[in-house]
Amino acid sequence: MSRYFTDEHEWIDVAGEIATVGITDYAQEQLGDIVFVELPAEGAVFEKGDDAAVVESVKAASDVYAPISGEVVEANGALEDEPALVNSDPEEDGWFFKLRVADASELDGLMDEAAYKKFVASL
Amino acid sequence: MTMLKEGRPTAPEPVKEAHMAPATATGNRALMLEEALIFEIGSVDTTGVDFPDAPKVESRLGGLARTDAIGLPGLSEQETVRHYTRLSRQNYAIDLGLFPLGSCTMKHNPRLNEKVARMPGFADIHPLQPQSTVQGALGVINELAFWLIDLTGMHGVAMTPKAGAHGELCGLLCIRAALEARGDARQVVLVPESAHGTNPATAAFCGYQVENIPATPEGRVDLAALEARLGPDVAAVMITNPNTCGLFERDMKKIADAVHAAGAFVYCDGANFNAIVGRVRPGDLGVDAMHINLHKTFSTPHGGGGPGSGPVVLSEALSPFGPLPYTARMADGTIHLIEEENVGEEMPQSFGRMSAFHGQMGMFTRALTYILSHGADGLRQVAEDAVLNANYVLRSLEDVLDAPFGASGPCMHEALFSDKGLAEGFTTLDIAKGLIDEGFHPMTMYFPLVVHGAMLVEPTETESKAALDQFILALRSLAERARAGDEALKGAPYHAPRRRLDETLAARKPVLTWSEPELAQAAE
Amino acid sequence: MRYLPLTDGDRQEMLSVIGASSIDDLFVDVPTEARLADKIAGLPDHASELSVERHMAALARKNLSAGEAPFFLGAGAYKHHVPASVDHLIQRGEFLTAYTPYQPEIAQGTLQVLFEFQTQVARLLGCDVANASMYDGSTACWEAIGMARRVTKRAKALLSSGLHPHYVSVARTMAKFTGDALVYETPKLEAATDIDALIAAIDKDTSCVVVQYPDILGRIADLTPLADAAHEAGALLVAVVTEPVALGAIQAPGHMGADIVVGEGQSIGVGLQFGGPYLGLFACKQKYVRQMPGRLCGETFDAAGKRGFVLTLSTREQHIRREKATSNICTNSGLCALAFSIHMTLLGEKGLRELAGLNHAMAVETADRLVQVPGVKLLNDSFFNEFTLILPKDAREVVRRLADRGVLGGVSLGRLFPDAPEIGKGLVVAVTETVTPEDVEAFAKALEEELA
Repeated sequence: MSRYFTDEHEWIDVAGEIATVGITDYAQEQLGDIVFVELPAEGAVFEKGDDAAVVESVKAASDVYAPISGEVVEANGALEDEPALVNSDPEEDGWFFKLRVADASELDGLMDEAAYKKFVASL
Repeated sequence: MTMLKEGRPTAPEPVKEAHMAPATATGNRALMLEEALIFEIGSVDTTGVDFPDAPKVESRLGGLARTDAIGLPGLSEQETVRHYTRLSRQNYAIDLGLFPLGSCTMKHNPRLNEKVARMPGFADIHPLQPQSTVQGALGVINELAFWLIDLTGMHGVAMTPKAGAHGELCGLLCIRAALEARGDARQVVLVPESAHGTNPATAAFCGYQVENIPATPEGRVDLAALEARLGPDVAAVMITNPNTCGLFERDMKKIADAVHAAGAFVYCDGANFNAIVGRVRPGDLGVDAMHINLHKTFSTPHGGGGPGSGPVVLSEALSPFGPLPYTARMADGTIHLIEEENVGEEMPQSFGRMSAFHGQMGMFTRALTYILSHGADGLRQVAEDAVLNANYVLRSLEDVLDAPFGASGPCMHEALFSDKGLAEGFTTLDIAKGLIDEGFHPMTMYFPLVVHGAMLVEPTETESKAALDQFILALRSLAERARAGDEALKGAPYHAPRRRLDETLAARKPVLTWSEPELAQAAE
Repeated sequence: MRYLPLTDGDRQEMLSVIGASSIDDLFVDVPTEARLADKIAGLPDHASELSVERHMAALARKNLSAGEAPFFLGAGAYKHHVPASVDHLIQRGEFLTAYTPYQPEIAQGTLQVLFEFQTQVARLLGCDVANASMYDGSTACWEAIGMARRVTKRAKALLSSGLHPHYVSVARTMAKFTGDALVYETPKLEAATDIDALIAAIDKDTSCVVVQYPDILGRIADLTPLADAAHEAGALLVAVVTEPVALGAIQAPGHMGADIVVGEGQSIGVGLQFGGPYLGLFACKQKYVRQMPGRLCGETFDAAGKRGFVLTLSTREQHIRREKATSNICTNSGLCALAFSIHMTLLGEKGLRELAGLNHAMAVETADRLVQVPGVKLLNDSFFNEFTLILPKDAREVVRRLADRGVLGGVSLGRLFPDAPEIGKGLVVAVTETVTPEDVEAFAKALEEELA
């Protein structure tokens, strides 16, 4: 399994044809207390860059984009009852949704962990 | 002579050291009284209103009589008066002190306005009465409309919008109707980054795409960037003038000329009209439509969140498209209504109705009363004193608070500061909450979005120099504490009816209505 | 200038602190050509309280107020007795002159009232949740149609012919620009509502069915079959209540399956005021709360563990979500919501039921008296406090002539539906607790003379 990062502060784990997407620890830190996550419906089909989910703090609502194209196969229902998971465990239990990867070549342009760390440090 | 030994001491012992006041059994603190919810103290069998017995008739409710328990508690009149009086005392208000919310224009609300609005001839008339029986009410609308046109140098005015955002909607609907009338399907509305959130929300609400236009480093609309973006797809540009940084858009006329040359319209957010009333007429600056918040510039009360009133003044190009109903003064002095039945002859291009009746009549009577009270000389003085008060605050505090646009000249009606220079970990929120302890309502915070940790202070013209000086003293002290890193500030407010409230909890587990405790528990 | 506290001495002192030589220096950013050299033309100078009051009182006297005449108008605005303490309490400066409660530590008064108001409205309308108010019933109705579009992702709304025609007009104005399709026709003068026709018209493109209850002609019908049909097709049922006092007597729309219930709250606590400010009510099922427009107040706790209230779920709103907001509404009808809530607290469930019962009984008696006028027929089988009479001639002229006789005798369908002459003989008559038997008799006599 390999993990990729985007400059929109999302992470993607790819295992076979399924990609799991969430937001990074840096992102949750910036957003503050997460109070609500609006997740995509199963079966929704996204092009890379489409609005896929919304993550809300008390004072802000941020769009989460589909980092790659694909069809949603599962959304993390646990976030509906416990949005705080995004704060407490953003890069594991606080995942947002799983996609069936449509075009693996889209992963090529993304960062690995070291590159993302460097990117965050530059902000 | 006999000496009464069982006396009481009449001079208190000096307090030797600060100590925590002991808790009270009730939770009350002298004049600060805790008050439970009506659902906790009332009962469905109690009422504070007496009715005569109803005549006995056979019900004609179509078999739909309501038999379930509704769950509406009642209180006796005395309990009701006490409940709401106690609650009222947990509110800050202009009647208590300076209320420097930037862009909100919290000025004194004259009580003559209230008295007039309650005259039965205004308060107790139905919107669908025959027109012959409401000539005075139609006269108020017509007279207020006349003065609003006069004060703004515009051509017409739509009186029905119910608040500022509704007025924005009215203005954009006029623009859209005017464009459609010439077969032009423009899709984009340009909005500066510093705009009120209602601007982009309104544009989207009536089907437009919204694009931002950037500001210059000195806090004004970037004319060159705007000109570069204008084109055949742009329907309108929404500008706030004076803007939300408290600055007058010097290039307003040039902006308007460029927008018009590109075939688009200029919408002006008139939320800050108070700064220029009587001194500048938006009509002279090329504005096509501007809403006027009667609850800001014209002193009608905010009422804890409305009602507002947002008449929209219109240019000649947009006037034919305004909403129904309209009033029109006839040659014989009577005033008649243009409604659906006669709109075809009298205003065929009207975009239609945007609320059920005539707009906020109760606000019209108050605003007209205010305009006549101040008159031409008074309204000009309003703008001058509003601007003077804001500049006095700006210059009295810029040595302790960063004023991002302070160097570029005077401000208009509001002074803008940022959180730059506060100690690490101290925020605008700490200063705002500290102001509460000092007995003031906080300024507008974190708006406009273009300034980090913005603090927007609008004192208005109805504050005396003494009130301003005390406010400056308080804000100076707080700025100094925040610069010095006084940790105690982070706990403010200490003296308000409540300490800082947990907004995260409220949003994560929304409790929006009251439930009986056993039901609430069962739901968890 | 009694509202301006600065003296000339203050002004000079402040200018010197600022470092300006004159007030004109502060207006330097205004281009010279846009600066008015002198006062606004035409407007007289400032005036005393006495003279302004005199001017306004003269205008007020040119109106025939509802309390001065036998009064039977309704159609979306109703004259009810408002207890004296309501107007006294809303004039407390701490309520009247406060702003939207953005700083909750010093706005618990307003916030607790909103929480109580939301609960009262939700219970009255039979819904899970209610918001802190909209401008009025007509704008709340449009907002409900927009919300149904967001929930169902469909854009065709069926509007009942019994919906207030001005509410229809408002929806039409907005729909022109949002692209929603609205299906509507004017009502027929029949005792039955159009519920069966609405049920037949629902299809897979329908976002919602909007039905008024009681409707514009005063008719009452069970909404349950309509709710079932809507839900079957994946559409929402939006119920509109323009006379909330009715819900002290008849079943709540939320209990009959309505997904969104909106209304005009003016009847309770808010006077007629020639149409505004009024009070938009907005309530819905819990599951749609994040699609709601407008402000919401919620319960929470402070740092010391005490219960308190805050505005919440604000990410739906314009000041955060900007162009993606559920609505552009900002300022709403806070003070009218307060008046509603105080009046409702004074009534309580007992008082509300008594008030509703009194309204209905007087309406029944009045209807029975008016149908004795030769040529007058009653349209309704069922009604609450408002019903439609069918006159032998166009009602619009009759209403005007009754007004000349000092009787405010209802709202003609010609005024409400100028494009539908076929229903022009209809007259909508509202009867509340403020009507006396003498008023009814005066109305009946005047009507009889007019129709003779």
